[in-house]
Amino acid sequence: MAEVELRDIVKKYGEVQVIHGVDLTIEDGTFCVFVGPSGCGKSTLLRMIAGLEEISGGDLIIGGERVNDQRAAERGLAMVFQTYALYPHMSVRQNLAFGLENIRMPKAEIADRVNEAARMLKLEPYLDRKPRALSGGQRQRVAIGRAVVREPKVFLFDEPLSNLDAELRVSMRGEIAALHRRIGNTMIYVTHDQVEAMTMADKIVVLRDGRIEQAGAPIELYNRPANTFVAGFIGSPRMNFLPCKVTARDAQGVSLADAQGRQLRAAVDGRTVAEGDSVELGIRPEHMHPDPDGYPVEIENVEQLGGESYLYAQTQTGVALTAHLSGQTSLARGGQAHLAIRPEYAHVFRKDGVALPRLRLGELENGTSS
Amino acid sequence: MLRFLTQRRGRDKLDMTDWISFGVLGFGVLLMLGPVMWLVISSFKTEAALQEYPPRLLPLAPQFVEVEGFETALQRFQVIAGEHEGRELAQVRRIGLNAQMIDPQNPDEQLNVHINDREPVRAVQVETQNYTGLFTRFNFLLYFWNSTFITVVATVLTVLFNSMAAFALAKYRFKGRTSVFLLIIATLMIPPTVTLVPLFLVVSQMGLINSPWAVIWPAIATPTGVFLLRQYMLSIPDDLLDAARMDNASEWRVYWKIVLPLSAPALAVLIIFSVMWRWNEFLWPLIVLNRSEVFTLQLALNSFQGELQTAWSSLLAMTVLTLLPITLGFAFLQKFITQGIAQSGVK
Repeated sequence: MAEVELRDIVKKYGEVQVIHGVDLTIEDGTFCVFVGPSGCGKSTLLRMIAGLEEISGGDLIIGGERVNDQRAAERGLAMVFQTYALYPHMSVRQNLAFGLENIRMPKAEIADRVNEAARMLKLEPYLDRKPRALSGGQRQRVAIGRAVVREPKVFLFDEPLSNLDAELRVSMRGEIAALHRRIGNTMIYVTHDQVEAMTMADKIVVLRDGRIEQAGAPIELYNRPANTFVAGFIGSPRMNFLPCKVTARDAQGVSLADAQGRQLRAAVDGRTVAEGDSVELGIRPEHMHPDPDGYPVEIENVEQLGGESYLYAQTQTGVALTAHLSGQTSLARGGQAHLAIRPEYAHVFRKDGVALPRLRLGELENGTSS
Repeated sequence: MLRFLTQRRGRDKLDMTDWISFGVLGFGVLLMLGPVMWLVISSFKTEAALQEYPPRLLPLAPQFVEVEGFETALQRFQVIAGEHEGRELAQVRRIGLNAQMIDPQNPDEQLNVHINDREPVRAVQVETQNYTGLFTRFNFLLYFWNSTFITVVATVLTVLFNSMAAFALAKYRFKGRTSVFLLIIATLMIPPTVTLVPLFLVVSQMGLINSPWAVIWPAIATPTGVFLLRQYMLSIPDDLLDAARMDNASEWRVYWKIVLPLSAPALAVLIIFSVMWRWNEFLWPLIVLNRSEVFTLQLALNSFQGELQTAWSSLLAMTVLTLLPITLGFAFLQKFITQGIAQSGVK
């Protein structure tokens, strides 16, 4: 049980700086997910928290104590590795007990804890097997069990599900989330899969090139992405971007004109842009639907999934748009369609990528909450 | 096993490839195993049978008979031609092309037989005394113990030190790692004979001459072993070590509980090498061990071979006994080499 605080954390490999001053507070009991494209420094950051990588600058505070100079073991954390990193020459029982034997815990207590973890993770029938005799999901559970038995202050997960097939990934996702609900520890989870991030996290930290782009609750990031990168990264399929020019603006909204002069409205605070500025209008695929008065597009491809359909279209100026339609559609490839872009769903990003604050959240209008 | 050995290509009769492969393999077996088998058979021959020319494959010993009036036993011969054809006689002495022989039943009558007309009487005789003599007349057990002590201690130390060096070179990043490694590998290029004299000076300055440690210490740091183990340890995923570190394991425990067990196949290879090197080593022990009570088996074998006389029967028997442990060790350790255990469990 501990709060994790990062203060201006920096990582350098020689002259190359890969983490550029990260400030972050992860409250006690939070399930925090680091997400970002590969090479963004999320795993490095996790390994620095774990103590497996040296911290080049800044302070790492776990449970109120500065732990920069403590060894990995002394920090009281446990980590689940992407490769599981089970000791292949030990049985599952020995794998679970290894960390406890190292701190010279009495044998009876080790047995209790191992059995408890095995029961919780449904590993009892496999305790005497070697890891090579287990399936991927079972190995994953052993790796989690190895973390659980140590009763760490903080759990660290380094892309733990990336080696599993899609179906198993969904069920393991549920198991990890359930584990968090049950034991309530702080957990830090690294993934490049934004669906994992959205479904599991209390708090998502989006990283790019060693910097935090945005941190917050998943829905907050979805509704109010701070910039184009976060807007594009969170949500699947990704948000559509239409280059536009500002024609009118005030605190109540922005009027935009696309490359062909077509007028669009967005309900955002427009006080930080000027008329004539180039901006990008962002609209999520699920917020567009066919409407006779809508934006004209040419349909390039239609994916019918039965319960939902995806429309891949192009505007007359050649900007690709994706639209998500619930249910099935009679629209077909090569045809024309008109897609509605409603002002309250639109995001507007300045030229430097920063989002203008949205005024009304379209999601809440037809939603259940106030 | 039998089914494996009798596998063949032709379904009913032997195919051409069967003939060729059986022929080649049979020739190989003869080539490899033949000398060893001959050694083993010969080690059961009597000294007289060993001296015989032309040599025989089986331990057939010439037969002797005690005859009244003669101090030594006389060799028995079968006469195959001439006047006394068919009789079995004992030879008293040989004079030129003729042998003076007598009938053991009738020792007073002397007969002359041409040497080409007679043939020695032989019988299969297994001479176990060659072996028992090693324990009674020579101190075989002492030499065996000396060899075993040197081999076991040197191998344990070799594995320990080489694996520690290999672990550091494979899994720690430090300045000069590559140069240290290259330096170790470079020593492979120096022939051992070059370092013989300096090594002797060092060992003798340390007062180790005539101590088994004089053989052990110079032998334990082998570049081959470090290289072999390092290359193997590179294949152990770093995640495993990191996981162990997260599991509160000290660096020593990481090495002892994770790296060492996972290197077992490479360690087995090194153990086999080290045992063979130490057990068969001859030149270096010959230089540093001068007193017979510290002799290894190889030195003891050498001492059977005198300037004027060689005790072949003892030499052969001891050679067989010297071969045995290595052969058994090989058969036992071979299983470990084929066991690849490191890859499974990770991913």
